Amino acid sequence: MVSEDLERVSADVCLSRGLGRSYGDASLPPEDQPNVLNTRLADRILSFDETSGAFRAESGLSLTELNRLLMPRGYFTPVSPGTSIVTLGGMVAADIHGKNQHKDGNFGDHVTSMKMRVADGSVIECSPTQHPDLFRATIGGMGLTGHILEVEFNLRRIPSQWIWQESRRIRDIDEFQDALEDAATEWPYTMGWIDCLARGKSMGRGIMMTGRWAESAEAPPKPPKKGFQPSLRFDWPSWVLNGLTIRLFNELYYRKQWRRKSSGIVSNQSFTYPLDAIHSWNRMYGRRGFTQYQCVLPREAGRSSAKRVLEVLTSRGGASFLCVIKDFGREGLGVLSFPRPGITLALDIAVRDDTQALVDALNEQVLQEGGRIYLAKDSFTRREHFEAMEGQRLDEFRAIRDRWDPQRRFRSAQSVRLLGD
Amino acid sequence: MRVAFLGATKGMGRALARLMAERGDSLCLLGRNPTDLQRSAADLSVRGAGAVVPCVPCDLEKPGMFAPAIDAARAALGGLDAVDVTAGIFATQDELEADPGLAERLVHIDFGNTVLFCEAAKKGLLAEGGGTLCVFSSVAGERGRKPVIIYGAAKAGLTRYLEGLDHKHHADGLNVVTVKPGFVKTSMTSALEPPPFAGEPDAVARQVLRAIDRGTPVVYAPSPWRLVMAVIRALPRAIMRRVGF
Ligand SMILES: Cc1cc2nc3c(=O)[nH]c(=O)nc-3n(C[C@H](O)[C@H](O)[C@H](O)COP(=O)(O)OP(=O)(O)OC[C@H]3O[C@@H](n4cnc5c(N)ncnc54)[C@H](O)[C@@H]3O)c2cc1C
Ligand SMILES: NC(=O)c1ccc[n+]([C@@H]2O[C@H](COP(=O)([O-])OP(=O)(O)OC[C@H]3O[C@@H](n4cnc5c(N)ncnc54)[C@H](OP(=O)(O)O)[C@@H]3O)[C@@H](O)[C@H]2O)c1
Repeated sequence: MVSEDLERVSADVCLSRGLGRSYGDASLPPEDQPNVLNTRLADRILSFDETSGAFRAESGLSLTELNRLLMPRGYFTPVSPGTSIVTLGGMVAADIHGKNQHKDGNFGDHVTSMKMRVADGSVIECSPTQHPDLFRATIGGMGLTGHILEVEFNLRRIPSQWIWQESRRIRDIDEFQDALEDAATEWPYTMGWIDCLARGKSMGRGIMMTGRWAESAEAPPKPPKKGFQPSLRFDWPSWVLNGLTIRLFNELYYRKQWRRKSSGIVSNQSFTYPLDAIHSWNRMYGRRGFTQYQCVLPREAGRSSAKRVLEVLTSRGGASFLCVIKDFGREGLGVLSFPRPGITLALDIAVRDDTQALVDALNEQVLQEGGRIYLAKDSFTRREHFEAMEGQRLDEFRAIRDRWDPQRRFRSAQSVRLLGD
Repeated sequence: MRVAFLGATKGMGRALARLMAERGDSLCLLGRNPTDLQRSAADLSVRGAGAVVPCVPCDLEKPGMFAPAIDAARAALGGLDAVDVTAGIFATQDELEADPGLAERLVHIDFGNTVLFCEAAKKGLLAEGGGTLCVFSSVAGERGRKPVIIYGAAKAGLTRYLEGLDHKHHADGLNVVTVKPGFVKTSMTSALEPPPFAGEPDAVARQVLRAIDRGTPVVYAPSPWRLVMAVIRALPRAIMRRVGF
């Protein structure tokens, strides 16, 4: 179901979805209620104050459109995920994080107010002070507290549309964590790419990228051009991405960074949204597709925890094409927000017959480390693992849902799998 | 360009109004729901249509509102260069056959009242010394077809009216642009299965804006529909009786 008028059509629908950029089943309906509300036509900007940056829009507005309109005027979202093909509603519901998590937290930390349709049919405004329980459960609540109709948050001023980027070769996982920690004090944007196939001494080798907005004096005078956009028009046969080609790719990518350190000015588009440059890049993984697995390992688990999780992956030969590493600085505002202080690993995993077993093994390791997983990326986690990871947070989430939606009108395929309703 | 726009709240109208706003045209929004009009006005204002985008109530089901709405738009914009009409409704042939009341409404809105609205718009534009009247009809008006008998008839009537208007007033400086969309993915058609050559509202809007700027009298959008309709118009009755489209 798709409509410009979310308020009119959302009354009897169990779930909203945005642009479907969550990897798993979060935006899919439960089997017995196949109707989902697609928000993408509800995309009007309702107010924008150029002096304060205060911004309000309907929840289906995409970040691509927001950037297209307001970046040239010097404004940018305070937090952006690694793709701009997401809606404001999806950014709130997943409480997304970006390369500046260590400094600026999650998207939800910047939301000042939301309009929602809740289970009893009413349409209400919620904020940190108005229905704060609903507000906190909706941020990171994966659509399970109601339909987000409008989102209000503050845009940031940016000096240019360019990023001063530095990238640096990293030898192993220990050096990586030190490097990220050092960079966190100095750089607003940091993240790293790991070659997941490197084992033994070089396990966790990769490239760290750090960036900051380029001042207008350093930036090229013209705005970045919308360059050539290659597109994958067909699914690659599944043999194309095998252990060998991934190894080759990773080796080349690692070697490309032939100087230990390099730096320069790049467009925000290529720094923040590298994958958006290849339309339908996911088809590389063939028809069975792939899944993502993203976990966070708390600081208390110590430096070696990341190594232990990577070992689970490499020992099972779970071919991962992209593995991203990033440090988190603080806990999110939402009851079920994913980030917490520590280190996060995001692994792309091509789906094979043994994927369930691999995810189970990863989850058991993450549980031992006291970590948790990111719902926006998950489609294989078992309920018992999720419950064990979330404990008290889940109790609080359930209590708020009991208050606002005792009959569980809001449901998704993911909620059936992980929450049992 | 100063534009009075009936139907900018949704679909292709929203897309076209946004393109106009982004290049700095002045817009005045006409429509039936004042609070919803204000929301579109805010959106267009942020996109570049100026600090204030005036809104004027106008319901296609109430012909008494048409002339005053055009006058109000002229006053608010300090003149008038173009009137765009994307407003309209759609219902399937089955729905219309099952509900004569709905059929009556549809014929009124999409044909009779749209014609009356254009009469008011034409007067306003001619009083300004001419301008562009851009109206969305449909490829459904090109041939009597089983799935769109009533809707198609209303659009066929509208197309003929616009054609006559062009013949009569082109010399007076009135540019009539008749847009004939094929299948375009908007909420109007969201319940239908998209055929080949289904278009996106943004692409259609870009095509229509070009036509407005150049004064192209008839636009098929997306353009492959020009060919598709040429074929359908050429099919003999014996075949039209058999096929489902
Ligand atoms: C290439 C790529 C890179 C990514 N990088 C990052 C990253 O760096 N950081 C990060 O945090 N995430 C990242 N993601 C994940 C993505 O940001 C989230 O999954 C986001 O939620 C997707 O937004 P969407 O609009 O597509 O929502 P969908 O995928 O459609 O929905 C996601 C969830 O939000 C809910 N939802 C959506 N709209 C509403 C609404 N209006 N009301 C209520 N609930 C709603 C859905 O029910 C669902 O549970 C990435 C994804 C991709 C594909
Ligand atoms: N989509 C297609 O495939 C297609 C194909 C051929 C022709 N067309 C024609 O193209 C035009 C635009 O279509 P669309 O798909 O963009 O439609 P849409 O998304 O449904 O938008 C229709 C617009 O008409 C307005 N409207 C409806 N009834 C009204 C009334 N009584 N008074 C005032 N305004 C009224 C609506 O305003 P509210 O916000 O108040 O509802 C809305 O702005 C229509 O004339 C349609 O017949 C469409």
